[in-house]
Amino acid sequence: HDPATMSVFCEVPQAAPVAVFKLSQDFNNDQFPKKVNLGVGAYRTDECQPWVLPVVKKVEKIIVHDDRLNHEYLPILGLPEFRSSASKIALGDDSPAIQENRVGAVQCLGGTGALKMGAEFLRRFYNGNNNTKTPVYVSAPTWENHNAVFANAGFEDIRSYKYWDAEKRGLDFAGFLGDLESCPEHSIFVLHACAHNPTGTDPTHEQWKQIAETMMKRNLFVFFDSAYQGFASGSLDKDAWAVRYFVSMDFEMLCAQSFSKNFGLYNERVGNLTVVARDADNLKRILSQMEMIVRTTWSNPPSQGARIVAITLNSPELFTDWKDNVKTMADRVLLMRAQLKAKLQALGTPGTWDHITEQIGMFSFTGLNPKQVEYMVKERHVYLMTSGRINMCGLTTKNIDYVAESIHEAVTKVQ
Amino acid sequence: DFINRSQDELLTLFSVFHVIHITIHLTWCFCSSWWGGVQMGPPDPILGVSEAYKRDTNPKKMNLGVGAYRDDQGKPFVLSCVRKAEAVITAKQMDKEYLAIGGLGEFTKSCAQLALGNDNEVLKSGRNITVQTISGTGSLRIGANFLSRFHGPRDVYLPKPSWGNHTPIFRDAGMQLKAYRYYDPSTCGFDFKGALDDISKIPEQSVIMLHACAHNPTGVDPRPEQWKEISDIVKKRNLLVFFDMAYQGFASGDIDRDAWAVRYFIEQGHNILLSQSFAKNMGLYGERVGGFTVVCNDAEEAKRVESQLKILIRPIYSNPPMNGARIAATILNTPDLRSLWLEEVHGMANRIIKMREELVAGLKKEGSTHNWQHVTDQIGMFCFTGLKPEQVERLTKEFSVYMTKDGRISMAGVTSGNVGYLANGIHAVTK
Repeated sequence: HDPATMSVFCEVPQAAPVAVFKLSQDFNNDQFPKKVNLGVGAYRTDECQPWVLPVVKKVEKIIVHDDRLNHEYLPILGLPEFRSSASKIALGDDSPAIQENRVGAVQCLGGTGALKMGAEFLRRFYNGNNNTKTPVYVSAPTWENHNAVFANAGFEDIRSYKYWDAEKRGLDFAGFLGDLESCPEHSIFVLHACAHNPTGTDPTHEQWKQIAETMMKRNLFVFFDSAYQGFASGSLDKDAWAVRYFVSMDFEMLCAQSFSKNFGLYNERVGNLTVVARDADNLKRILSQMEMIVRTTWSNPPSQGARIVAITLNSPELFTDWKDNVKTMADRVLLMRAQLKAKLQALGTPGTWDHITEQIGMFSFTGLNPKQVEYMVKERHVYLMTSGRINMCGLTTKNIDYVAESIHEAVTKVQ
Repeated sequence: DFINRSQDELLTLFSVFHVIHITIHLTWCFCSSWWGGVQMGPPDPILGVSEAYKRDTNPKKMNLGVGAYRDDQGKPFVLSCVRKAEAVITAKQMDKEYLAIGGLGEFTKSCAQLALGNDNEVLKSGRNITVQTISGTGSLRIGANFLSRFHGPRDVYLPKPSWGNHTPIFRDAGMQLKAYRYYDPSTCGFDFKGALDDISKIPEQSVIMLHACAHNPTGVDPRPEQWKEISDIVKKRNLLVFFDMAYQGFASGDIDRDAWAVRYFIEQGHNILLSQSFAKNMGLYGERVGGFTVVCNDAEEAKRVESQLKILIRPIYSNPPMNGARIAATILNTPDLRSLWLEEVHGMANRIIKMREELVAGLKKEGSTHNWQHVTDQIGMFCFTGLKPEQVERLTKEFSVYMTKDGRISMAGVTSGNVGYLANGIHAVTK
């Protein structure tokens, strides 16, 4: 047998690398001393270092010294204390829906895993059985993995709803509403709970109210992606306003939560799919089906990260510590936004830069076009996504001048 | 005329009611739920066993359903090497940045070395791709998705019986399942002739799943000579081999011996797929540590396959969890932790083997005239006792011994303290 003829995989094509990780790779390989990484979405301190939250360090010590803890399997749906406290974070302690016993949750592998579970469930049971033709709407633009998550779950018709207005560098609300009015009934909409990725532009409360009204009227399905609660404004409650409003308007909905950013637990894959159902009976049946989906995907979720979050959320003292840590991160981002805008204005960089401080969360859509981005990367060694998205966390008091100058050059030299 | 008018009136009445009915129905739907049609999922049979066990108040109750190791006091066992590794890791104060999609490099490298042997030519030539996965299930799922995308539409052949979750995993990934004979209920052993016969008829290029060691649920493994013949016939039929190795080290106590079949097949030229789990052999169950390997023709092909695996993984969970992989890598790559681990895994396997021997001895002592040799012939965590459903039911009802209906017991739930009781119970229901 000639091995060369035996391969079943000789036809497997080389896939393109995932852009955001390739960017980091290129950054890592770059030798330029003043290089700046404004690509991947992870928090950095003012020394440009990853930050393990002090509360997380505290809790990890607690775990390591607790001899009662072992490494046994978690239940299929995850650690119960984690699931309930995580849902409370999203919906509020006093949520009527929780009191009515119609809120449940599935512990998942990060926000991605929560979206995946939700998508799989919807594909099987929403709008009929296995109705892969139900349109799924994601914002234009959106996190680049949204499309793949729903496509891989089997949905055949993934569309975008108008969101970012490049000209005015803000929300195209009329376009958004228009899409809500004209889309097929029962379409699924993926909404960013706060700190929209990648634009940093969120609807106002009034706009959310109109969105909710239209979605209710047109029987559209609400699927929230909440990856930055607390991280956006520094306040957990403020950042959860939209999710809670929709719950109060009686939507049956899903909310994918990530604790990667607000707990800095990126690599422990801590996520939660909160399910808000009509009543306890529906919830019970939904969760039983979720178990079946979990079982064939990862059987049961990883324990470490969920433990850290559960212990933190369930201890008043540690919970306060955590909120402080979150505010520290949010405040640094807000400071960098203010400083970047001020420097660009001081440089007299053409264009308006109000959007830098009007936008919220980790990311900013600078408005730089692909050619200008290429200039930034190649000539200035400032790494950002082709979309013009920058991670504000990559900015520090030490590199902000260099970045501001680089943006100035890109905008003035490259059209 | 009267009849016609009545018919017209009736029709009108019906139409009106119909419209009212639909209106009410629609309104009801609006205030009702999207999920009215969602059925209650079937209860997990194994979980069901555990739940029933929990409810039982009999002090002598035994849980022989669970597939997790227990020490001789019936308690979960956290390996010392794991605790030591955790201490080392905590002291390093590492960050929590995202892992690469394919996982922790030190883990995937040592994971492949563990399975294939450090000096394996496959590793030297770089013609394998090994990615970190969410334990064994996650590994099988990624493999199934990969096959579905790049090797479809071909069927997957499972041994009869196989781990209950194999079927839904492959099915969910879009593959069809078939079976080849494996377990012989008349001998409680390996149906070698039946297996060879069935395998010889499998359509070319189909996928054949093989349990590397400690077959789940039967505990029945082929002998080396039998593996050789299986390899030959699989080669003849040009089948794609997918090994599931969830018990390396845990079966015989020797990691190389347990990996023998995997290494033999590679030597024989099979470019295999391999799923590994560290749930049992390192006791890292809830940390979800596993690996998925594709042995390719060459390093170039491995790169292409790797790129596609990343594309599959990203929309499921983006990148894998760090904690367990870091523990496993630390153990495998730190000489004295690795030695300690080998001792401890040997210890776990030995305890199981000893319980098998004591069970057989106990049954003899009880006066059982049945042949219980299969209990010691079988290997690994599980034992297919040969008990029939009615006997299992009696064992549960009368003795509070909990196990699955197919007669499978988890030897891990047997201790020196309760093996006599178990022998007594089994004898009572089989005499």
